Amino acid sequence: MAGASMKDIKLRIRSVESTMQITKAMQLVASSKLRRARERMESSRPYARVSREAVMAAVSSCREGSVPYVTPREVKRRCYVIIAGDRGLAGGYNSNVFKAVQAHRGDVDCCAMPVGRKAQEFCHHRGIPALADDFERVEGTTVGSCFRMAYLLLGAYDRGEVDEIVLVYTDLVNMMNQEVHLERLVPVEAPEKPDGRAVSTVYEPEPDELLGRVMPDFLAGRLYSAVCDSYASEVASRRNAMDSATKNADAMISDLRLKYNRARQGAITQEITEIVAGAEK
Amino acid sequence: MATFHLQVVTPDHMVFDGEAERILLRTVNGDVCILAHHIDFAAPLGIGEARVTDAEGNTRTAACAGGLLSVQNGEARVIATTFEWSDEIDLARAERAQQIAQEKLNSLKHDDRSYAFAEAKLKRALTRIRVKE
Repeated sequence: MAGASMKDIKLRIRSVESTMQITKAMQLVASSKLRRARERMESSRPYARVSREAVMAAVSSCREGSVPYVTPREVKRRCYVIIAGDRGLAGGYNSNVFKAVQAHRGDVDCCAMPVGRKAQEFCHHRGIPALADDFERVEGTTVGSCFRMAYLLLGAYDRGEVDEIVLVYTDLVNMMNQEVHLERLVPVEAPEKPDGRAVSTVYEPEPDELLGRVMPDFLAGRLYSAVCDSYASEVASRRNAMDSATKNADAMISDLRLKYNRARQGAITQEITEIVAGAEK
Repeated sequence: MATFHLQVVTPDHMVFDGEAERILLRTVNGDVCILAHHIDFAAPLGIGEARVTDAEGNTRTAACAGGLLSVQNGEARVIATTFEWSDEIDLARAERAQQIAQEKLNSLKHDDRSYAFAEAKLKRALTRIRVKE
């Protein structure tokens, strides 16, 4: 009995050790990817910020109701741009995104533009129709594919297939903290009216036409920066998850070692007792 | 000469952030040149050559396509889809892109929606080649 349990414990230690090796390797991979992902994220931010400022300035000088991208209409169908991960094992990263979508969705008819394999699976399971199914990899998403997304989204909006476009992505607040954000992309949230002073910007052509032209650029830039943010969050989240998995495995192994030694000692004691008992006869 | 703050950004990075003397760009309505103390201005960008003269008076050329030029409070921002300095342009790639776009144009009808895309691609490739040369 004691021998069998010693063998069991030994097997268990070995299996936990090999799992730990995997989690440790994944953690290292995530750490090295994280650095690049963060660099990409940092360099994608200025465009999104600067283009937002410029678009907002143009929006505030538009005539009321002249641009479809500014005027809200009754939401019959909403489109979610869901940016999730390519793979699992990243803690709550994917499920947090999906939870946010489910909570926001309500009863409104909706469709989605899933980015990342997990997002596609989610749409598939929930029966949410996808506008496009070819943005499978978050990691390999380029500026070009973001432009393609932007044209697809605005095309659907122009044709009246969707009345609102909402972006769902994860923002990397810091290494330990990632937050899911929902943001309405189209129609653009109109900024507060300028504080009384006349807007004297010269627009060539008129702001409404200009906005129609730069909207795809603005949207693509926003999407790209959201993709970079989300990807960095995914990797950070995976690194954290793998870090705690490695720690757990470590604690488990030391616990098992203790048990193993106890069992070994018990077996020896029993053997001695048996020998001594035999000699006394 | 008086300078102004100029920022050039593309989706993947900040290309230029500093003082400049002048910038010449192609907008959808034609070429414009921005100097210091320009009035607030905004225009969508076309596809063409851009010339930036920095505070030291050095002029660099670049291939610039798509996006927006905006001047606010004397600061100019070029929010471009692509903006490549002439020394960063990959000539072989541009020539390949030109060829592909040309072939695509030949195979498409004029009213095709992707015709405009292919045409823009060709224009970008030609601009790159011209700027490089």
